[in-house]
Amino acid sequence: RRRADMFVIVGRSEPLYELELSGGSGASASGNLDQFIIHSALDMVDTALLQHTSLFLRTVDSFGEKFVSAYVTPSHVKFMLLHERNKNEDTIKAFFQEVQELFVKITLNPFYTYDTAITSKGFDDRVRALANRYLA
Amino acid sequence: MASRSAQRAGDVAWARTPKVNGELFALTYGAMVKRLVEDYTEIDEVNEQLEKMGYNIGIRLVDEFLAKAGLPPCQGFQETAEVIAKVAFRMFLGVAADVTSWNSEATAFSLLLADNPLAEFVELPRQYKTLCYSNVLCGVVRGALEMIQYRVEVTFLQDVLRGDDVNELRVELQEVLSEDLGEQYKDD
Repeated sequence: RRRADMFVIVGRSEPLYELELSGGSGASASGNLDQFIIHSALDMVDTALLQHTSLFLRTVDSFGEKFVSAYVTPSHVKFMLLHERNKNEDTIKAFFQEVQELFVKITLNPFYTYDTAITSKGFDDRVRALANRYLA
Repeated sequence: MASRSAQRAGDVAWARTPKVNGELFALTYGAMVKRLVEDYTEIDEVNEQLEKMGYNIGIRLVDEFLAKAGLPPCQGFQETAEVIAKVAFRMFLGVAADVTSWNSEATAFSLLLADNPLAEFVELPRQYKTLCYSNVLCGVVRGALEMIQYRVEVTFLQDVLRGDDVNELRVELQEVLSEDLGEQYKDD
């Protein structure tokens, strides 16, 4: 049974980083659908922001058996996680928090222009490692 | 002066100097390098500008150092190297350097820096891989040594930002300048 989770970092106007955590092999036929789900969930994030006082917004949207959890940084950069099972919220929150630490380090790089795509391989490797640790 | 007492002098000097937030320092330097990279088209020009800036800092810094560190005059180039590495670097950058790789004539040595506070959060993008990000340090050493009558050339041999394990500055003595006051003061 294929488990295709997806993690996206969304900036002010465009996605900054995407990570597909496919459990199985083969191209994700629902790959585009995953992105669509995440982007349509962005509106729900804005609504949820008004209700929550914390950064972790938990599950903001669901589509079939897919759930979208979100976390917003103080600068309104959104971390979105698409997952199939309703995972333990604390693990998701811990994952988001660790990614945020990596994210902050990237923004402190003088050569990184804020709100642009994150191309650092180091960042990618570390996020993958975190995903395997928390979400596998 | 033994290396250990130089180290102690360095620690004392570091304890006495006023401190600034390390992140602010790194970010300020990073903003300046980024600005230079955007203003100059060639990376070599940026490296040269960083070195020149360092030189201007170095010629002033040495007086501050000699006043604050309170050390007796060095007995030669080798002792000078130790003092630069253990006292000056420690006092101004917070991290002491190691002196290694002396050549046979004792006119060239390397300064090894394990930690570089200037490059704290930096990752060099691929198009800037010839950039000597911390080249200002080379200029500082060159300027400071020139004020104490040593004309040197300092280059960045190894750089952690460019994939090496350690930061290595190579200092090569070109000429010992004499203490002449100049033609106008000579007795006829």
